[in-house]
Amino acid sequence: MSTTTGSSDGATAPGARRPPTAAIHSTEPLPLQPEEVAIHIQDLQFYYDQDAQALWDIDLECPRHRITALIGPSGCGKSTLLRCLNRMNELIDGTRYEGHIFLEGTDLYGTEVDPVALRRHVGMVFQKPNPFPKSVYENVAYGLRLHQKLTKKELDERVQWALEKAHLWDEVKDRLDDAATGLSGGQQQRLCIARALAVEPKVLLMDEPCSALDPVATQKIEDLMLELKKDVTIVIVTHSMSQAARVSDRTAFLYKGKLIEAGPTRQIFEAPREDLTEQYITGRFG
Amino acid sequence: MSGDGALLFTADADLHRRRRTERRWKAVLLVGASFSIVGLAVLIVRMLADGVPHMNLDFWSESYSPSGIRGRTAGIFDALVSSILVLGMTMVIAVPVGTAAGIYLYEYAHKSRLTDWIRATVSNLAGVPSVVYGLLGLAIFVRLFADTFGMPRQGTYLAAALTLAVLILPILIVATEEALKTVPATVRHASLGLGATKWQTIRHHVLPYALPGILTGQILALSRAAGETAPLLIIGLPTYQVFQTYGPLATGTPLQVRAYYLASDARQEAIDLAAGAIVVLLLATLALNLLAIFLRDRLQNRIRW
Amino acid sequence: MVQAARATVGEWQVATRARYGDLAARILFLTAGLSVFLVLGFILYVLVGNSLQFFRDVSILEFFGSTKWQTAGTVQISEGGDAGDFGVWPLIAGTMLVTVGAAVIGLPIGLATAIYLAEYAPSRVRSFLKPVLELLAGIPSIVFGFFALFVISPIVRDLTDEGSFLYYVFGQKSATIFSAMNAIIVVGVMVLPIITSLSEDAIRAVPKHLREASFGLGATKWETTKNVVVPSALSGIVASFVLGVARAIGESMAVAMAAGTQAAWTFNPIDSIQTMTGFIVQRTGGDTPQQGPVFTSLFAVGLTLFLMTLALNLLAQRFVKRYREVEGADT
Repeated sequence: MSTTTGSSDGATAPGARRPPTAAIHSTEPLPLQPEEVAIHIQDLQFYYDQDAQALWDIDLECPRHRITALIGPSGCGKSTLLRCLNRMNELIDGTRYEGHIFLEGTDLYGTEVDPVALRRHVGMVFQKPNPFPKSVYENVAYGLRLHQKLTKKELDERVQWALEKAHLWDEVKDRLDDAATGLSGGQQQRLCIARALAVEPKVLLMDEPCSALDPVATQKIEDLMLELKKDVTIVIVTHSMSQAARVSDRTAFLYKGKLIEAGPTRQIFEAPREDLTEQYITGRFG
Repeated sequence: MSGDGALLFTADADLHRRRRTERRWKAVLLVGASFSIVGLAVLIVRMLADGVPHMNLDFWSESYSPSGIRGRTAGIFDALVSSILVLGMTMVIAVPVGTAAGIYLYEYAHKSRLTDWIRATVSNLAGVPSVVYGLLGLAIFVRLFADTFGMPRQGTYLAAALTLAVLILPILIVATEEALKTVPATVRHASLGLGATKWQTIRHHVLPYALPGILTGQILALSRAAGETAPLLIIGLPTYQVFQTYGPLATGTPLQVRAYYLASDARQEAIDLAAGAIVVLLLATLALNLLAIFLRDRLQNRIRW
Repeated sequence: MVQAARATVGEWQVATRARYGDLAARILFLTAGLSVFLVLGFILYVLVGNSLQFFRDVSILEFFGSTKWQTAGTVQISEGGDAGDFGVWPLIAGTMLVTVGAAVIGLPIGLATAIYLAEYAPSRVRSFLKPVLELLAGIPSIVFGFFALFVISPIVRDLTDEGSFLYYVFGQKSATIFSAMNAIIVVGVMVLPIITSLSEDAIRAVPKHLREASFGLGATKWETTKNVVVPSALSGIVASFVLGVARAIGESMAVAMAAGTQAAWTFNPIDSIQTMTGFIVQRTGGDTPQQGPVFTSLFAVGLTLFLMTLALNLLAQRFVKRYREVEGADT
């Protein structure tokens, strides 16, 4: 648990950006203990079309209540892999997969699993803040209304709880009925996080959540992530290596649809075992 | 920290209920969509079934006459010629003006209040009911022209063509503008960069590129004009003339008008002839629209390249 | 160098000529562009001028205050008889009856078709049906009129036969050949392509990332459609509704042929009625009166109709603009 505290220390005054190396905090040993694994991807193949294979032989474990970062150059398949975790890829016609993804021991692609039921437990935050064109309140209440019959009072409480979790409550509590699209980009993204948190997911998938945001807003989201991992397992796709270094506990490097290397973030950044990883980390391609 | 036990992510009773709701609504949507398709299919099939049996040789080659109706030997020849005459004149009048106005709006006009007013006028004219155009034709192209230019004080082919031309003008303008929008800016820049004037650029490079699109719009406008009946009735094209005469200032009964009067006739012979005329109008407009859609698709494929 | 200089002089001469050509073209195109004002000017001049003439003969209080519309026939006018009664409400009622009835049929079916095509239809079905529906938008209204008179009217009469269920629903009345119902059904079908095509465009324009956000929260496809997609496309859908209604109000041939020629102050769809457009077509067809209040009344009714459709079109444009703005902000 010392790693968690180490990371909170790094969250100093807003706007003050820490040097990336100072935040490489994970010192976990290389192999994960079976009982700390939340997500276990086993021999996953993924195809967008009959001939267009996007992922090859992925084997990856993501520890519970930790942040796992997926990095790699554009088109390496990191977003596709992320979207396998809540079966979002199925919305595209013609996609196909082979292999297994176990979430807390359940095979996500098992015949009895309903993707709609699954997505309730695996929340997602997207690259571009995508609040619904509704009020701030209705955005957060959206998922709750789908899954639970709550009284107005219970709903109010849960909305407040989620907004507080997302560090947004103080900024929006007086304008809950205003259009969510009127918020700033960073606020919109935290609203999207609150919306995902409201239904209390086990896992939060984040697909380059800061790529559309300025540095201050990015810092806020990163601080938030470090706090949220106490409650949820986070998998984040990021194109920013410094972000991966700052926030993640474990990092997986993908290249051309294959998993090149995965391990504790510190080890990946300080002592990569693969040449490709080192070339990417040091900015020689991508 | 070893997880919350078995999380199965299976559908619970509530999700089953939501799935049922979804299926029910999907069925409703399917029924609604089938209604649209079936309704319109029934329309076409019934019209064909009513009309096609009466489309024999006489139907095409003979003209209208009271005795012909009684003896079932009357046809639509004269009405068809009238229609083609009116539509031909309509296009001759409307196409140059509509195309030129479209070119002005897209190629020449700067963002100004005048341009905004022209655009607003065009889009509102497009929504004016056709009977209003009929009243315009009656008061201006028939009455006023008769008083000022000494033209016949009745619905002439020219008055009909002018009325329809005014009616399709907004369609032509919008279609031309849309077609010009598809011309890549590089085509214009390349020509202007070689020292060509704006008009030379438009004539030699922009128009040839936009031509299929402009043509598509013209076909759609023609189809609209071919189907319009109310304005022609309102300007007073005659119910029937023993000998149809042809010429701009002559008058006669085009097919649309003929079909309307035949349909209001009590005799089955007249109604049968009307059914045939309706099929001709239906197929002609469908063919024109089909041609336009075909051209547009060809165009889209070209642009994708 | 010499060659180049000569070429420049030559080009300069060509250029002056081209300049004049360019100016001429510009003036010509501007004139064409200004022609739309001429058309609008004609419409306003004709409608307003004749309406003013009409209101010199008939009081505006009668026009908007009476519920009796009965214009004299041409023979009666030529014999110097009374021109008739000019209370416009029966015509407006007829138009409203047909429009509302057509909207009740056309809007839900059109919207359902649009949602089905945009969200649920397999892409092959969609790419076939969308152009087919657009094709049907081009069918002339006289064809619909013929269909209403010879196909729908007999069915309506059969269904409202004395003693039938609908006979009692509509106040113990049977339909004659002409009834508002004929026009309601056929106009309801006529507006389908407009509503479907425009709504479908609006629904498909809803950005993918909004759908994904909803799916990501564990919503089913229908929940996503109902709670996110349709509300996001609402201004476009409303625009299509308004344009559909405007089309129904302005529709002439189908109502002229199948709804009847009796301007009646009624809201029973089984009655024979007359709409504003129906009156204009019927009263001008064949024997248009040359002058007098019956002639000018055509323009007073035309002006009323013009203002109603203009208002609806402006409303639709406002909605379309709003939905374009939403799209623009999102992409």
